[in-house]
Amino acid sequence: MYHSPRRFGVPLALSLAPLSGGILAAVVMRKPRHVHRNEDAPERALREQETDAHRIVGRTVTIARPRDEVYARWRDFPRFPDFMENVSLVEPLDERRSRWRVEGPSGTPIEFTSAIIRDEPGKLIAWASEEDAAVANSGQVTFRDAPGGRGTEVDLEIAYDPPGGSVGAMVAKMFQREPNIQARRDLKRFKQLMETGEIATSRMRPAVEQLKS
Amino acid sequence: MRALTWHGKKDVRVETVEDPAIVNPRDVILKITSTAICGSDLHLYDGMIPSMQAGDILGHEFMGEVVETGKSVTGLRKGERVVVPFVIACGACYHCSRLQYSACDNSNPPDKADISETLYGHQMSGLFGYSHMTGGYAGGQAEYVRVPFADVGPIAVPDDLEDDEVLFLSDILPTGWMAAENCEIEEGDTVAVWGCGPVGLFAIQSALMMGAARVIAIDHYPRRLELAAGLGAQTIDYTTASVLEALLEMTGGIGPDAVIDAVGMESHGFFVDNVYDRAKQALMLETDRPHVLREALMACRKGGRVSIPGVYGGLIDKFPLGALMQKGLTVKTGQTHVQRYLPLLLEMIREKRIDTTFLISHRLPLESAAEGYRMFAEQQNETTKVILKPGWEQVQ
Repeated sequence: MYHSPRRFGVPLALSLAPLSGGILAAVVMRKPRHVHRNEDAPERALREQETDAHRIVGRTVTIARPRDEVYARWRDFPRFPDFMENVSLVEPLDERRSRWRVEGPSGTPIEFTSAIIRDEPGKLIAWASEEDAAVANSGQVTFRDAPGGRGTEVDLEIAYDPPGGSVGAMVAKMFQREPNIQARRDLKRFKQLMETGEIATSRMRPAVEQLKS
Repeated sequence: MRALTWHGKKDVRVETVEDPAIVNPRDVILKITSTAICGSDLHLYDGMIPSMQAGDILGHEFMGEVVETGKSVTGLRKGERVVVPFVIACGACYHCSRLQYSACDNSNPPDKADISETLYGHQMSGLFGYSHMTGGYAGGQAEYVRVPFADVGPIAVPDDLEDDEVLFLSDILPTGWMAAENCEIEEGDTVAVWGCGPVGLFAIQSALMMGAARVIAIDHYPRRLELAAGLGAQTIDYTTASVLEALLEMTGGIGPDAVIDAVGMESHGFFVDNVYDRAKQALMLETDRPHVLREALMACRKGGRVSIPGVYGGLIDKFPLGALMQKGLTVKTGQTHVQRYLPLLLEMIREKRIDTTFLISHRLPLESAAEGYRMFAEQQNETTKVILKPGWEQVQ
């Protein structure tokens, strides 16, 4: 969903806004936790996440394209609507910031401004929403070479506050707008676009324009 | 257009539905000239496969003429006659690059693929006309079909070959071939094949071509056993013989070197375990009836190979894992990587080294498709393969 800066953004969490809550904390800025964990599993895969308010979701996909090419396509924020189901518009405001419009579950679009916090070409893009966002959200996407020349591992992680607590999260799931599901689907679309030039669909005829979302 | 649609257990109908059109750049639209009912369509017909929706168009074995091409399609022209693999594959992902087409990462739409991830741990490829878990793609038991990634799957067929000679390239011929290939046949091997339906028969034919010294076919329909014998197999009728004992006795006490389960999730037969499975299935405690698989694992010789082209969809129990482990068996299975085998098999058909037409028992107009399903499900002795012709007005 939304996110502003032109760098990337993850639309996911946004759609939760109408349900309440706020996404919190910037992933990139959070303090490292589990420093003594004796394993390499990502934090989002832990059975019990530390419950200091925000939840971290994410997903990794391997894309059979070179890392620089994958980074460049993601960095092209105005084209996010090509693969982010709920993002209808991303408009760059300046070098760092962009204005996002995201379709919420109720059909009411949400707009907010997002800014890039870190941008390391070919490696990483991190962002966070600005003060005006109804739903605060943050996240980062990292790109690393897959072993054996299999392309690029793209890792997307976002931090948010489950709106309305666990009940809110359940409601969000019913709408299929739970950020984890949205992240998974948007990343899959991104992979399809990069690898095949199109997004698979079983439609028998072209969609009507506003079927998006 | 007219198409065969699914409405529930044993309820399929030929209806008028919307015509397909080009959606994505790599699509083509095909005018179907021949399509077949597959044994695995009977799992849909019997309501065994989850995520079906009323109105879904069935059919994953089809061929026809290209009538429209998307703007990125290369290598196919309007008017060309093609056979289409039932597996939809992008040709670009890691799995496709390894020729594991049925494991394609990209052909299942993102909003459909979650189901298979929940069920199997990974998102499966798209298939034509085979539930929403595999993409929800409209199938080819219709007048027209939209074929995605058409630059990867469809293979053009020469004019001198009739539809009936090449139609089975879409599924059952390569499926039987891969089933035999998965047996890794060595000189002197005996291969036992459970199920003499189309896939089993093609597996028998393929195993013999690959050098098996002996193939033993197991079924109970006289007509099917007769076809198996005609291909050169020895036969066992499981209603009159104990399969395990017969296999041991017929192989010098060793057991078959490789076994093929060409039956899958809906085993027939009045065996203790099958009755047990039926009861559990009825109570929804188990999804599949794996009598054949259990028997095949027990029959296979020590260190032998197990090939499973038969379709399974979910969970089973009383699985003889001990036999598998203790005997050191190797299992190979999977939906067929159809695209991998098409050039070779088409060439073998052209050279008359493979005949597929012996299988066909019925040719019906598309309008009679529902009757074709009924016959295939209920009269399995006489009905070995039903081909549907959208162009036909009435039965010829």
